[in-house]
Amino acid sequence: MKYKFEIICMLLIVGLFVLTQVVGNQFYFFIGFVILQYMVMATAWNILGGYGGYVNFGSAGFLATGAYTAVALINFLDIGLVEQMIAGGIMAGALGLATGYLTLRLRGVYFAIATLALAIILETVVAHWDYVGGAAGTSILPKRKPELFGELIVDRKAGIFANYKEYLFFLMGTVAIISVWVARYIENSKLGRGLNAIKDSEEAAECMGVPTLRLKLIATTISGAMMGVAGAPLASYLTFIDPLSAFNLEYAINAIAMPMIGGTISWAGPVIGALLLGTAQQVSSLWIQSELNLLIVGVVLVVFVIIAPEGIIGWFRKSRQGSGR
Amino acid sequence: MAIFIDLLLNALVIGILLGGFYAALSIGLSITFGLLDVVNIAHPTMLVLGAFIAFLLNSTWGIDPILAGIISTPFFFILGWLIYQVYYNVFEKSGAESLRGLAFFFGLLFIIEVGLIIQFGVDHRLVEAPYIGQSWNIIVGQEIDVAIPFRLLVAFVVAAIATLAIHAYLTKTFFGRAVRAVAQDMMALRLMGVDPIRVKRIAFALGVATAGIGGALMIIVLPIEPSLGRLYLGNVFAIVVLGGLGSISGTLLAAVIIGIAESIVATFFGPSWAPAVSFGILLAVLAFRPEGLFGKTAGAH
Amino acid sequence: MTRILTNRVRVWLLAGLFAASVVLSGSFATTAQAQNKDPIKVGFSMALSGALAGGGQQSLVAIQLWAEDMNKKGGLLGRQVELVFYDDQTNPKNVPGIYSKLLDVDKVDLIVSGYGTNLIAPAMPIAIDREMVFMGLFGMNANAKWEYENYFSILPAGPDPAVGFSEVWFQAVEEKFKPKTIAFIAADAEFAQNLKEGAVRNAEAMGMEIVYEQNYNPKTADFTPILRAANAKKPDAIYIASYPNGSAGLVRALAEVGTDAKAVGGGMVGLQFAGLMAGLGPMLNGIANYDFFVPEPTMNLYPGASDLIDRYQAKVKAENLKVDALGYYLVPWAYANLDILGQAVEAVGSLDQEAIGKYIRDNEFTSVVGKIKFGKNGEWERPRTLVVQYQGIKNNDLQQFATPGTRKILLPADISTGDLQEFNALRK
Repeated sequence: MKYKFEIICMLLIVGLFVLTQVVGNQFYFFIGFVILQYMVMATAWNILGGYGGYVNFGSAGFLATGAYTAVALINFLDIGLVEQMIAGGIMAGALGLATGYLTLRLRGVYFAIATLALAIILETVVAHWDYVGGAAGTSILPKRKPELFGELIVDRKAGIFANYKEYLFFLMGTVAIISVWVARYIENSKLGRGLNAIKDSEEAAECMGVPTLRLKLIATTISGAMMGVAGAPLASYLTFIDPLSAFNLEYAINAIAMPMIGGTISWAGPVIGALLLGTAQQVSSLWIQSELNLLIVGVVLVVFVIIAPEGIIGWFRKSRQGSGR
Repeated sequence: MAIFIDLLLNALVIGILLGGFYAALSIGLSITFGLLDVVNIAHPTMLVLGAFIAFLLNSTWGIDPILAGIISTPFFFILGWLIYQVYYNVFEKSGAESLRGLAFFFGLLFIIEVGLIIQFGVDHRLVEAPYIGQSWNIIVGQEIDVAIPFRLLVAFVVAAIATLAIHAYLTKTFFGRAVRAVAQDMMALRLMGVDPIRVKRIAFALGVATAGIGGALMIIVLPIEPSLGRLYLGNVFAIVVLGGLGSISGTLLAAVIIGIAESIVATFFGPSWAPAVSFGILLAVLAFRPEGLFGKTAGAH
Repeated sequence: MTRILTNRVRVWLLAGLFAASVVLSGSFATTAQAQNKDPIKVGFSMALSGALAGGGQQSLVAIQLWAEDMNKKGGLLGRQVELVFYDDQTNPKNVPGIYSKLLDVDKVDLIVSGYGTNLIAPAMPIAIDREMVFMGLFGMNANAKWEYENYFSILPAGPDPAVGFSEVWFQAVEEKFKPKTIAFIAADAEFAQNLKEGAVRNAEAMGMEIVYEQNYNPKTADFTPILRAANAKKPDAIYIASYPNGSAGLVRALAEVGTDAKAVGGGMVGLQFAGLMAGLGPMLNGIANYDFFVPEPTMNLYPGASDLIDRYQAKVKAENLKVDALGYYLVPWAYANLDILGQAVEAVGSLDQEAIGKYIRDNEFTSVVGKIKFGKNGEWERPRTLVVQYQGIKNNDLQQFATPGTRKILLPADISTGDLQEFNALRK
């Protein structure tokens, strides 16, 4: 079956929709949204980091770019979620391109530091931008009765979705599935092979004629854009946004930890990482305080980086080699 | 006009003092990153850890923060030693991709910061000492009054002593020169009968050891809280990169430049723009002159 | 071992782990039909750690006192009261998640707010969406944007909170010094900005010229540059709208840098917390600040409050709680917050949020903080803010703040116990 993967994706999207109609408790969608958002972040990060070897420490910066673009547009134009996400993606993608252009001609470590610097500069700028609330933040009440082609999208009785949480969940889930498809496509394409060559040895790749700068820029742009799309719904999800939430440390650490723990070799790694780590964090946040949560993530990351560099996927591959004799 | 000069003079003086303080914070990274090429992004967070240790010693037993810093230095030395052991054996020896090394230090940064939050909470902490809270006023003419806060002065003096001591060590002693040599040519060092790995390990430990005193100075200068490490990341890396990798004196000069830049921005535009200044300078340096003031070229490896 | 752990086994292991965690989280969300004798759950977030913990902690104890009192009397609507709360860590980001958890997982029957404008604002959309009555504790103009009819504010600042809050400070300062110029320093946070806007209106109404206006990032650690810049404009008065970190930082900056302004203070939150007062000690002398309840002999506005505070202080001592030892700032108000809600629920006889909201809108309540009637946007009809000046603080001993004399009431005139003096006159 040639398009097996694509068909599974479609089925999953339908499945997500069914879930929103069937499950009643909003809290599930609340945490489901977070996990799916992380899946997009992890996948996006992995395109540049896992495939290409360039570490992005400032994932929160791209996410927040998406979120604040959405907020600015809500204040300015009062447009719907899908438009916000597209706009967020464009802005964050542009940001990725700019960052890349400034620093990708240097060593990988400088790119990493630059991404960190970028996140903090953005946070400072946003904190001074009163139109979107400045350091104090601002509350968002999502559009009361949004419509699409005349059909009410969100309404307790008559809408496609009963409430905003379900709508956000579905949207984010669709974006997640699309992102994974994109990652898989890249992985198997010339871009992906080029990125891998860069990761192994950038000098060798250059000698072989791989257009390293161009490929890196493409990867950074796509990665950034994805993170922006994931970030745009954040304001509607939290119904409140401030620099502290948008630029939060947990996005930065999870965007790295999830792919590294899941496995950076393929698109499946970030998915596994997000599902496992994300669910674990959400569940444990019901019992233990969130810092302990994050601490565990940090420890697991360090442990995995030391003893299981290939992540969980590597664990599988090793077994395949071991038992297949 | 006199008011402007008054503000400007104050900003300059504070900038220079601040620069000395920043030099103390950055010298550790200048060694580990500049000389040894180990990207210890957890360094500023280790400084914060040092600051909290000073806080603990000060609030529990009333120990003077600078003394507390000196006491905690051996602890940080051992910590650095251990970290390098892990780092070298896991990453450098096997030639693993730099991604993992970076992720390792990022994980460390994270663990330290969150650990501090769990232990101390997110509130700002301070120390009490007789030289904190007062300033020394120098009056010039009618309108100009330059106030030198004691806490900055003390930090500057201690920082100056510490950094000059380290600079002397690296230039005058055999081991110090070995450290600078290992950055340039490991093979030559081996041929001279020195184990380069041992040199690197001790150098790294030395770099981390500065977190003891550096942290103590930090909490003298301003109230600290766990996330300060990430905030200072920009400063510290900006200083090391601006100064040029591998040049200690470059680091010192860059620290003063950045201190003055931040101080002027804080005075005339508001203190909340200060982090953007150092990070902005960092980005600019990376974009236009990555080798910094005195460093060797840092192009793509 | 590797032989047993084939690929298939590993996949099932992982899938099992994942499924288990989903089920586990679900078990927290199962619906339990509320029986008649089941407890009534009141849910809220509270700043138990972070910048506002000084206020949040004492509020929690006050609310617990209320719950104890209710249960001793037989409960609410005949059912025992159970409090369900989570620490929001003074981080607005945590608030929506907490209220979602409270409503969807813990299935609380009533919600009230945490402490402080910054923590109330993020909860508003959820209260509005679920159409629940929402009592706000010390929120500055939290409802101005939404105009939600079921929001009720416990903040004795009156119908226009931002103006009412600072009005008395300006009156006192105007009476004594007639300042021509004024500087504003405010935190870039919801509360402080709202407060500053009201204060600016007061200043302009009195014909003062604003010579300096600066916002600072709440994370700022060093306030000396701001103070220096303000001093450079030589203002006659300095109005500060700050949260505990900034308040403490500015008090220290004042000690280090000094100022020539005659009146300093205004809207500094946190100086009312016992821990901060004791920590800053004599550095507070001369600062004129807002307050709501101080241990001065004329403080008879609230007859029930003194008893409550005594009970609070006794409880803190007996159980060795690590909270504000005095409780003047928030305890009576946090108690009243729940008290009013409870009275309304009893009067209505059910948990119908619409009916409860209407009842609160239409009636005047008697509580430990006197008679309260809610007006537009759920704010109080009459302001009752005090302006006090710190005088005669000798050292860092907490006891001096529990006795009259260290905080002289300047206004309202009918309970005044002292005169406003120049800032520098009270500094040695």
